[in-house]
Formats: sequence, C-alpha cells, structure tokens
Amino acid sequence: MKLDKLLEVRNLDVRFYTYAGVVQAVSNVSFDVYEGEIIALVGETGCGKTVTTRAITRLIDPPGRVVSGSALFKRNEKDVVDLLKISDDELRNIRGNEIAYVFQDPSSALNPLYTAGHHIVETITSHRNVSKKAASSEAIRLLREVLIPHPEARIKNYPHELSGGMRQRVVIATAIANHPKLLIADEPTTNLDVTVQAQILDLIKELQKKYGMSVILITHNLGVVAEVADRVYIMYAGKVVEYSDVYTIYEKPLHPYTKSLLNAVPNVLKKIERLEYIPGTVPNLINPPSGCRFHPRCPFFMKGLCDVKEPKLVEVEKGHYVACWLHSKG
Amino acid sequence: MSESVYNLLSKIIDLYAKSREKVKYGWIQKNISKINEWKLMAYAYSRSYIGLVGGFLVLITVLLAILGPYVSWEEYWDYRAVLEPDLYLRPPCLSFTGNCPLLGTDEWGRDILAMILYGMRISFVISLLVVVLGVPLGIILGLMAGYKGGIIDEILMRITDMFIAFPGLILSIAFATVLPERIRGLLDTHPALRDFLLGLFALRPQEYSQLAALLSVFSALIIVWWPGYARIVRGSVLSVKEQTFIEAARSLGLSTWRILLKHLLPNIISPILVMATFDLATATLLAASLSFLGLGPQDPVPELGFMISKAGLYFPERSWWIVIADGTVLLLIALGWNLLGDALRDVFDPRTRRAIEVKARAKSLKEGKK
Repeated sequence: MKLDKLLEVRNLDVRFYTYAGVVQAVSNVSFDVYEGEIIALVGETGCGKTVTTRAITRLIDPPGRVVSGSALFKRNEKDVVDLLKISDDELRNIRGNEIAYVFQDPSSALNPLYTAGHHIVETITSHRNVSKKAASSEAIRLLREVLIPHPEARIKNYPHELSGGMRQRVVIATAIANHPKLLIADEPTTNLDVTVQAQILDLIKELQKKYGMSVILITHNLGVVAEVADRVYIMYAGKVVEYSDVYTIYEKPLHPYTKSLLNAVPNVLKKIERLEYIPGTVPNLINPPSGCRFHPRCPFFMKGLCDVKEPKLVEVEKGHYVACWLHSKG
Repeated sequence: MSESVYNLLSKIIDLYAKSREKVKYGWIQKNISKINEWKLMAYAYSRSYIGLVGGFLVLITVLLAILGPYVSWEEYWDYRAVLEPDLYLRPPCLSFTGNCPLLGTDEWGRDILAMILYGMRISFVISLLVVVLGVPLGIILGLMAGYKGGIIDEILMRITDMFIAFPGLILSIAFATVLPERIRGLLDTHPALRDFLLGLFALRPQEYSQLAALLSVFSALIIVWWPGYARIVRGSVLSVKEQTFIEAARSLGLSTWRILLKHLLPNIISPILVMATFDLATATLLAASLSFLGLGPQDPVPELGFMISKAGLYFPERSWWIVIADGTVLLLIALGWNLLGDALRDVFDPRTRRAIEVKARAKSLKEGKK
C-alpha cells in the first residue's frame, strides 16, 4: 500500500453564498489518493461528497466558491500542480484527460442530440491531435472494452436508444477515453437496476487494474464500498469524520456515525425485524451545529464537550483516523 | 394538396441525403434516424393548411423581393409625370392594351405596382438583416449570461432590462434620428461596403445618401431587437445547463465555446427559430413604421412605409389606391411569416410532431375500415 501520492487535498473549504445565508458545504477536508488505489467517500445525502470532488477540478458554479485549500495533483514525475490555482486553460487540459468523471445519472449525462460515438470522439479529439476516423475506431475499441455488444452498431445509437446500464457504460467509456490517471465516480450505480449495479462496479474495478488509474468512488452504499474500495473516508456535514483502510472500517468502526451507517446496512446473515436507521437528518449547513457536527444525533453525546469544542482528527492506530471526543483527549 | 407538398419535400430530403452520400459513403446509413425525423417534420408541415398558406405567401413575397427589381418595368427614378401630366396620381384601371397602370400611379407618375416590387426588396432585405444580425447577437449574449452566471449575467441582463424597458418603436426612433450621420461617415470610408449594400437594396449609386437613412433604420431595429432573444436564450440556458450532460462536457475538458455552441445551443434552438420567423414579419412592419414616420429613406426610394406616408397628403380621394396596395403588400408579407411560424412551431416540437403523425395514422386506419 506504500505507493506514491497522486492527489493531495488539504483543508478544502467550499461555501455557497445563497440568499438564505452562507452554506458551509465542505469545511476543512483533507484527503489523499495514492496511485492505483480506489478510495471511497461515504456519507448521507447532502454531506458534501459530491461538492468535494467537483471542487477539485473547480467545477463549482456560482454562488458556490472554493474559499481556501489546495489540491496538489501529480501530472508526472516532476510536475506537481495545484488544481485550485492553475489557469483555466491548463485545468481544461487536465479535465477529461487526466481526471475524468462518471456521473450519477447516465440518462442525463449524455447529450440527447448526439450519438454515443460522438461523445467519445469529441472527448478524444479535444485532447489529442488525432483524426476523427482514428478517434472513431478508438471509440469502438473503448465500447468493446466496457463490454458493450456490437460496438460498431452501438456507436451510432442515440442515448434514448440505449438502456440505463448501457448508457452508464458509454459514460464510463467516455471518461476513460484519454486514459485518465484519476477517475471520479459519483454514485455510478445509484440510478441503475440492481442487477446491473454489480456489473458496473466490476467493470470499474477491472478498468482500474488494467489502466492502473486511481478511483475516487462516491457512494452512500457501504455494501459497494466493501466490494471495491481500498480505503474509506467517512464524511458527515461537510467534514471528514473517520478514515482508514476498508477492513478496519468494517472490523473496528470508531466514530458513532460510522457505526450507525454500518448498522443501517441490511445483513443477510441475520434475521431482523426492522432495519436500523439514524434518527434525524443531516443538519442545515448554513448554521451547522456547534462543536462536533454530529452531536445532535449522536447516541454518545456528552454535554458540555461535544457541543462546545470541535474534535480533531487523531490517529488511533496506524492509518486509522477519527474525529470524535470518545477517542481523543481534549 | 398536402400529399403533393409532402412528396415534394421528401424528394428534396432524399436528394440532399443522396448528395451527402456521394460526398461521404455511408452517410445515409449513419443518419437514417435523422432523415426519418426530417421526413416526419415535412409530413407534419404538409398536414397544416395554415402552414401551407403561410409557406405559399412567403415563397411568393420572397421571390418577388428577390426578382422584383429585375422584372420591374419602370425605374423608380423615372419621374414620368413631368413629361406626361396625365399620369399624375392616376387611379387604378384595367385595360388589356397594357397602357394603363393596374394599381394606379403616384404623384411622380410612377406605376405603383412597379414601385411595390422595389419596395418589397427593401422591406425584405431590412427584415432579413435585422433578424440575421440581431438574433445571433441576442443568442450569443443570452448564452454568455446564462452559462457564465454571476456578475456577467447580472450586467448583461440589467442592460437587457434597460432596453426592454423602453418601447421598441420609441427607442428605434431615437436611434434612427442620431445614427445616419455616423453611418454616412462609415460608408464614406468603406466604398466596397457601400456598393454591396446598394446592390442588396437594388438602389442606384445616386441614392447613396438615402442608404445611410435605410441603414440607420435597420441598425436601430437591430439595437432594439437582441434583448428579447437574449432574455429567452438565457432562460432556456438556465434550464438546460442544469442537466448533467453540460457538467459532463465541462468535466471532460471541452472548451467553453464548444459547450455553448455544440451542447447548449442545439438544445434550445427550435423555439428561437420559430420566434425569428415571427420576427421577420414584425421587423418588416416596424421598418415600414419608421419610414412612415419619415425616419427612413426619402424620395425617390420607393420604400413601402414611406410611399404610404406620402400618399397621406392626398388621402383619400386622390391616393386611396396607393395606401391600399402598399398596405396589402405589407399585410401579406407579415401574414405569410406569421402563418409559417405558427406551423413551424408545431413542426419543431417533437411532441406535436408525433401527435400529428399518430392522428394521421388513426384517421387512415378508420378510413380503411370503412
């Protein structure tokens, strides 16, 4: 697991300046992605997983803004750039070429006016100096790579002529068209049929091995995480609350939030009447709770400590960090 | 009638497809669904009687506007009343000897029908230029405002609001009064542009000073034209931009221009096209109104609005035919574009297009049963 760092995000802070107030969508988030690993960002809806990954390549639209932080990305052995500081043109060269995204909803991630092939060809030709014909045959090869049958015919299909799983495969093919170093998959299986979900995950894992790329997988499904991820970051209300390698998270979850999340996953080996859930909802990030942001929902809430001071991420054992007053001393 | 129009249109589509096929082998096979959609569009269009009437009117008026000045049997600078006093404001008459003006003459003794042919060219060119130059301006500004958002959006839209706050006619009057001086200067320094425009309006070089007035009319119209488009385009962009494929395009590193023109614009273009068709009518009428108010060209340029305004001096006993003839022509031009636009709205909307197809199928099934 001792590989070189590909991406190093430090103290990322993203805010949305809305009429209702300033939404602190992501506060002080740091994480690392090493070469050739799959990390998972896990958390409920609205805790800033998507915003974090969008912020890395500055895909945040006004009224959102990256307030502070850095995202060092290793383009090659010598060239390390801060994605949050480089020029727009340079960033555009990185997007889709070295960092690519797979979005949640494959039905709207493809422009309905263009064929599947067009999307791939467009991506290739806007980053590489190749002819349309060469790009076209490359597109067929990529579609075959993502296990689409009869790619020669499918390349001419419009998105509405493809099934959901097929569309997601096209989106993946578009994303890997330029052999990116980092693939960011934002809940790639959420909108898919359950039977297709496993296939898509397998595909991502296979492609990751084949191209040696790193993957950031965003999900709220811990079952998915166990299947593919190497390391897991648990996010809550715009903060990282716990991270470690995937086995430790499942064996020895420390943060109460992580425990609750794991309890909420149905276990086929146990017969249970009711599925566990976490009471309450993710707090409004315009006025986040004081101290630990999880304290209003936490079963181990300690008055006078949790709602006053904010816990810092501390290393409990090697590579296992947690931000909780149960495990760190003030 | 609908059948033959449909056959004609689908033949044209086939011809186009075949010529593309010749250039690039496999084009038809690759674009078969596109071709079928075009044919469905042609079918939906041919089913609409309103559209057929509109299309017919537009075809006639556009053809006359293009060919008019060449087939016109009188020059507009030919003041025949000077030599033949009985041609002065002669009412319409019908005779087969060919010696009698069908729609009467004006105070210079010029045949009104011949003058209308010139006037149609001027109206058509003005409306076309206004739409061709004004609409893209509005589209580009609207795209920028909607896509960029933030401060750029705010600035562009407030400027748009300022333009919309004024009534279009008043604003264009204001511009039409101040612009000629500037435009004259511009024409003096660019003789090639001047000659090109003279040819476009079918005027002789002596009318060079009138050209500035004509240009100021259409510049004034362009200035008041784009805000409506900017606003509509911005609104559509805001809804389309939220779709993931735009974000996907950005995340794939496509350039802003490519996203604007290849991904956003095609998704919002059809209502714009329909609106532009309607606006060809509105621009024709507005241009005529401006010259009716005396802000356009002067004698001897036979602009339709200007002719009506001159006829007002002798109205009604000695000039009713001028007002009726010119007014009818303006009406027909406007009516044609409006009807066509109405039909195009149905044709461009995929849902109504499908509905028309389904209705036709149901009808033919019913007839088959009988």
